[in-house]
Amino acid sequence: MAILVTPQTRVLVQGITGSFGARHAQLSLEYGSQIVAGVTPGKGGQVFEHGSHKVPIFDTVADAVRETGATASAVFVPPPFAADAILEGVDAGLALVVAITEGIPVNDMVKVKHAMKGSQTRLIGPNCPGVVTPGEGEKSHGGCRIGIAPGYIHKRGNVGVVSRSGTLTYEAVFQLTSRGYGQSTCVGIGGDPVNGTSHLDVIKMFNDDPETTAIIMIGEIGGSAEEEAAAWVKEHCRKPVAGFIAGATAPPGRRMGHAGAIVSGGKGTAAGKIDALRAAGIAIAETPSVMAETLIRHWKGA
Amino acid sequence: MNIHEYQARELFEKFGVATSKGRVASTAGEASAIAGGLRPGKIAVKAQIHAGGRGKGTFKNGYKGGVHLCATAEEAGEVAGKMLGQTLVTHQTGPDGKLVSKVLVAEAVDISRELYFAILLDRATAAPMIIASTEGGMDIEAVAEKSPEKILREPIHPLLGIQPYQTRKVAKALGLTGPLMNQATKLFTAMYRLFMERDCSLIEVNPLVVTPEGQLLALDAKFNFDDNALYRQADVVAMRDKSEEDPREVAASEFSLNYIGLDGNIACLVNGAGLAMATMDIIQYAGGKPANFLDVGGGASKEQVAAAFKIILSDPHVQGILVNIFGGIMDCNVIATGIVAAARETGLGLPLVVRLEGNNVAAGKQTLAESGLTIISASDLADAAHKVVAAIGKAA
Repeated sequence: MAILVTPQTRVLVQGITGSFGARHAQLSLEYGSQIVAGVTPGKGGQVFEHGSHKVPIFDTVADAVRETGATASAVFVPPPFAADAILEGVDAGLALVVAITEGIPVNDMVKVKHAMKGSQTRLIGPNCPGVVTPGEGEKSHGGCRIGIAPGYIHKRGNVGVVSRSGTLTYEAVFQLTSRGYGQSTCVGIGGDPVNGTSHLDVIKMFNDDPETTAIIMIGEIGGSAEEEAAAWVKEHCRKPVAGFIAGATAPPGRRMGHAGAIVSGGKGTAAGKIDALRAAGIAIAETPSVMAETLIRHWKGA
Repeated sequence: MNIHEYQARELFEKFGVATSKGRVASTAGEASAIAGGLRPGKIAVKAQIHAGGRGKGTFKNGYKGGVHLCATAEEAGEVAGKMLGQTLVTHQTGPDGKLVSKVLVAEAVDISRELYFAILLDRATAAPMIIASTEGGMDIEAVAEKSPEKILREPIHPLLGIQPYQTRKVAKALGLTGPLMNQATKLFTAMYRLFMERDCSLIEVNPLVVTPEGQLLALDAKFNFDDNALYRQADVVAMRDKSEEDPREVAASEFSLNYIGLDGNIACLVNGAGLAMATMDIIQYAGGKPANFLDVGGGASKEQVAAAFKIILSDPHVQGILVNIFGGIMDCNVIATGIVAAARETGLGLPLVVRLEGNNVAAGKQTLAESGLTIISASDLADAAHKVVAAIGKAA
């Protein structure tokens, strides 16, 4: 089953003619994902070609949805236009919008978040690596890859991964795959202070997904999303969870690369988050090298 | 990005937030001219640097205090002359101090009440929020802990903006009644407009005061701006004072690298912010101390890697380097080529531990092996951290 997307999910790419969007549309096509449309205002009617793939380009998301039946979108639009691109996807009734764009002004995301209340669209990101549901083929070929994650490191399986950081997600996935453990779905929720989907939202979905049997949750300093997820896990989660929190050595008041990764007024520290996770029965990986190992030990009781 | 006190006050004036009278001066003559236009008696002359503790600081020429009260315009000019062009050392500047090139000349107001007022972006509600308290001049974190009932939190709907009833609610909670309520409504509304229109993530007014004459004034404030919005905030960018920043951080920003200097001795170069933080953590876990945070991003070029290398080597405390790259999409060989070029160019003599994984990793490892450089290669992150800590131990 997986969550959010399956290998059959029909995906459109907003910003497919930009260099970043084009490159990752190509990689998704090579991975075997159903990239069915591109959207670039003013370039409707053109075709995005890659190998034997011919992807039609539309002026608007609504056109693309009507003509191709796409239900999910990857947003690669530059920061000044990204909030508008997300809202266009919401207006077109997409089930899922994944905003990859890094550097969207926080005020824009604040408005998007409030404007989306009551809509049927789920937003992942922004500033995230996206979503991967691995396929059954060699090196997980044939899966659904929305975003910028390396598809080939995945393997079809039963571990759900949710993270604020892209590279730490890849690290966890690589460790799992190297040990023979596949993934149901991997979700990068993004490193910005205001995002569409939280750790908690994703963990609830994993808890309800029959295919997911164990969960890795990767967090970092700043905010209280990890603590909220931990409180829910303690009361409701029926599946083993392992966690890692980055930023124990980060100085307070400094933004550590991700706009959301900042300890302010003594809040959002790694130590506080680790305590909250432990109190919820989540197994803590002491270092990022042992994320998979920690989960497997906790899960298999070995 | 931080701004100076005089810049905060200029923003107040631009948006109609009431503040005391005064202006910035770059020369003693300017200072005395500005003071001449102010009410004589109590004129404050304040050195403009980003660090706190100015009043108790000492200039390197022996002159005491970065904040002085003067009775006349002539005296204000004299005091400004002693501060300008001199280096002020405070408990926050470090022993090197900061060069003072501007002073603020302003009327010192008498204070009958000191209040706390801030607007910040609240992550939990994904909306701006006003935080206000009657306990001004106190550490607000301590007030929140000891007497949380004295702190008012008023969330603002970002699509509606601040509503008049909300400004009255905050005014009432601060005891600003009668004629002060109108002043408060005006000040809070102007402050919210400033917060939104300049893409702030924090405005913390310090202090917000009521004078014996019944005026409500914002005298100074700490501002944080959203870095993501700087592309549309030319006014804010123009306020940046690079002389107040770590020169390595300035150099890094010119190459679109994310660098933050720390006080350890193991430099690290990593792709991805989360992995970069985790790399610092694992260095500490292995018994070492990280010298920096450095994220070269997901699509770093050979030139960026070389620039990053030079920046971390410009820190004299660095005794060893750890490169940790998980090149999912990024080509490991590009990173390897950049490392080799930079190491050759800088004549690198420090231990260098490299952990490469991911796309085109075999070619990357070959480039490193054939470079003739002494590079310690590591199989995973933990191995890399232990090896760099051990290498420094041996070198010391």
